[in-house]
Amino acid sequence: MSYQFHTIEEFRDLLDSRQASSVELTKDCLQRIRNTSELVNCFVAVHEERALAAAQRADQDMANGTTGPLTGIPIAHKDVFCVEGEATTCCSKMLASFVAPYNATIVERLSQAGAVCVGKTNMDEFAMGSSNETSSFGPVKNPWNLERVPGGSSGGSAAAVAAGLVPACTGSDTGGSIRQPASFCGVTGFKPSYGLNSRFGMVAFASSLDHPGTLTRTASEAEIMLKAMSGHDKNDSTSVASVPSQAEFQQPRVLGYPARLFSNLPSAISSCLDTAIRTLEESGYRIVEIDIPHFDVAVATYYVISCAEASTNLSRYDGIRYGHRSEHRGGVTEMFEHSRSEGFGTEVKRRILTGTFVLSVGYFDAYYLKAQKIRRLIRDDYRKAFESVDLILSPSTPTTAFGLEQMDRDPTEMYRQDEFTVPVSLSGLPSMSVPCGFAGELPVGMQLIGPHFGEASVIALGKAFQSITDWHTKRPILPS
Amino acid sequence: MTYESRWEAVIGLELHVQLNTAAKIFSSAPVGVGFAPNQAASIVDLAFPGTLPVLNQEVLVKAIRFGLAITADIASQCRFDRKSYFYPDLPKGYQITQLNEPIVGRGTLNVQLDDGSIKPVDITRAHLEEDAGKSVHDRYPGQTAIDLNRAGTPLLEIVTEPQLHSPEEAAACFRQLHTLVTWLGICDGNLNEGSMRCDANVSVRLKGNSKLGERTEIKNINSFRFVQKALQFEIQRQIAALERGDTLIQETRLYDVARDETRPMREKEFSDDYRYFPDPDLLPVSISEDLIHQIRETMPELPAVRRERYVADLLLDDSTAARLTRNRETSDYFERTIDRCPNPKLAANWIVGVVSAALNKDILSIEQAPVNPDELGEILLQVDNGSITQTAARQVFQSLWSNGGSVEEALASQKRTHNADDSHLRTIVQSILDSHPKQLEQLKGGRKKIAGFFVGQIMKETGGSADPRRVNEILSDLLLDEDP
Repeated sequence: MSYQFHTIEEFRDLLDSRQASSVELTKDCLQRIRNTSELVNCFVAVHEERALAAAQRADQDMANGTTGPLTGIPIAHKDVFCVEGEATTCCSKMLASFVAPYNATIVERLSQAGAVCVGKTNMDEFAMGSSNETSSFGPVKNPWNLERVPGGSSGGSAAAVAAGLVPACTGSDTGGSIRQPASFCGVTGFKPSYGLNSRFGMVAFASSLDHPGTLTRTASEAEIMLKAMSGHDKNDSTSVASVPSQAEFQQPRVLGYPARLFSNLPSAISSCLDTAIRTLEESGYRIVEIDIPHFDVAVATYYVISCAEASTNLSRYDGIRYGHRSEHRGGVTEMFEHSRSEGFGTEVKRRILTGTFVLSVGYFDAYYLKAQKIRRLIRDDYRKAFESVDLILSPSTPTTAFGLEQMDRDPTEMYRQDEFTVPVSLSGLPSMSVPCGFAGELPVGMQLIGPHFGEASVIALGKAFQSITDWHTKRPILPS
Repeated sequence: MTYESRWEAVIGLELHVQLNTAAKIFSSAPVGVGFAPNQAASIVDLAFPGTLPVLNQEVLVKAIRFGLAITADIASQCRFDRKSYFYPDLPKGYQITQLNEPIVGRGTLNVQLDDGSIKPVDITRAHLEEDAGKSVHDRYPGQTAIDLNRAGTPLLEIVTEPQLHSPEEAAACFRQLHTLVTWLGICDGNLNEGSMRCDANVSVRLKGNSKLGERTEIKNINSFRFVQKALQFEIQRQIAALERGDTLIQETRLYDVARDETRPMREKEFSDDYRYFPDPDLLPVSISEDLIHQIRETMPELPAVRRERYVADLLLDDSTAARLTRNRETSDYFERTIDRCPNPKLAANWIVGVVSAALNKDILSIEQAPVNPDELGEILLQVDNGSITQTAARQVFQSLWSNGGSVEEALASQKRTHNADDSHLRTIVQSILDSHPKQLEQLKGGRKKIAGFFVGQIMKETGGSADPRRVNEILSDLLLDEDP
């Protein structure tokens, strides 16, 4: 019996009705991962022994009647999260030998909730990229078309869920790294409000923009994961307490759509969006035209701020205490230079250089400071928009999954992949990408964006949309 | 004669004060020395991937205590910034510090100069930051070892205005800050272990000129004396260069203790562009009026206030008052002594004299003194009410100091010895009287002045150990005896 493409709830039923044990589900899951690893390349490490031990504990817990919604359910973590005693590489040569001595808060919480981690998923190096091609473990292939990218940086997590290997994976989203691959792979990607999920133990890219989140098949699973993961963490000063209670929550009714911003969308994508919006309208939602006036400068703003933060966050990789140290002999400065030159890939270097430049004397005001001002304007745009609407709709990406190596020549072309996701990231708002149709064989995603800590509304609309559509149930057919 | 009289030095100090908190500024690892290398460094201090700084609230309290002590503005909101540079003992590749929004704003420090006068020096600001680790060059030949125990130790960096004009003033300012931070209990003040490190910015200009000269910065000096010596050298060097017609360059220099000179640091050891920006891992810190009020309630009486009170109310002289308030332990010892014996002058003279000498002899600090202030007060009370002489009190003190025991026992024992001494003294007096019959006749004849001669002879005989008052008493006793 194969449990491919099962959701968390389906696994839960199997476990609760004793039709299957967690050990059985986990073994089946590990087998599926082995079968597809060469094809899709979405896993960079499989924790077989550890997973089976966790599954046994989960079975024991269930026998004892101490069961949570995730007890015994196999999941996987993006390789950006520290798992104690396991390699945490961020898919970089720099951290190829790094074994984390501690658990990320989110890893710990999911483990406490009984989830069984089966391994680590592939990603763009240090979460920098939109195609999963910058990984030191090689690119992930999109399960819908193995010639195409899965998106990035959480490409491994999105592909693993899309291929039905595990029901849920953690991911991280700095400028769109959960939502864009979710859109490319036809799964549900959820990035909650900044601060709701702890960043402790998630290797930093850009601190003020890094959002831990999830990739699942459905909005309902995203909710289960969020409940287990979220809440204040004393190890992360920027983390906040849990979402406002359900009592204060009202069903969203009015949805804003900034149509002006999407006038150049390829027709195959815009027709999916139009259909989705019409479906919502027919179900009783009111659609209101809104605008986000500073939307167009968001990508430039994002790259200034994220690179500035990244340039310092990645300064710790100097070859002294852990990570790659060059064999090259020389003084300490040479050691720094060679270790970093050898350890980092091209895209990471590009962003470190960009960030170093925008923080330098003489450029700081023109770039970093100006970007911070624009960031505030963009946040204000959203705040104003949410005075008249409950949620905002948007396409997740300007294209569908593109071909491997197609974007190699011009990095800024790749950066435009983020144009619909970064304004939301800069504002720290909760946002979910849900499948809303296909352009040919390739999935298309729609973003549902909420006000700060409006997680409950976003999830409610995601669930409602998935109750009236079946795009999220579509499955790619992988050659066996 | 040098050209010095034409020139004026302008000096400002930056002091790095290690705050004596239990835990580090951004991690829960312990602060302090005595750990094996890298054993007091947590994953946060080691900058492991994924770790984040969390502010230790205790550092705010200590910084605010300093701010209140110099009557500075305490920021209602302060912020932390990243200062980037690569160095092997700087684990994150940046230091978390405060650039534009320091916790403590402008204040004033009253510096007591060597001549006893007070010079108010403006404090520009004081901000919080983390210390780096240590590079150890002398442990493994040809290699550098890194010890990150110190990484993340909280520092308060205190910056003075360039209002000091001599190496002596600079040293006095350093000493005053040392007194203040240890007095406040925010730093252990241990200079040998680097608990306070001083950078001095210095330039010279022709007197009367308002424009500042090109300055140099002398880094990492860890004693009052070395600050003075480093500045003496550097000022001479700058004056000599300018007199020769050379131009000075702005640079960072190190003071070489062994050679007593400053020389430029290697260019590579520092960078001009630290690429400061607000640390996104830490939120701005709000400091409530309520917190400031609570801290104000716990502030001790400050050294300058005590010094003035000692002079004005207790009528001590300036230099004694200054010596008593150089550290809080001495001052508190004095306070407790006068609680017991309400003669401040007597107590003060004893503490800066007898007690201080005894401490120096045994190489003890005043908290380690074998005679506590209650006991000293008790002894001095006996002196003050005339029960015992100063000489006797000294013997009681010495006995307590060396042998312990209670004040009562020591006093009783002293009395016994005193009485034994008394009969010995009588014998001496009698023998002196007997061996000078001529002078004795004169004394008996009413020539009172001749008594001085006898006292002198007796003191000489006893090697000065006899109490002159007692000698006089015995003398008149014996004269009465001889005159039935």
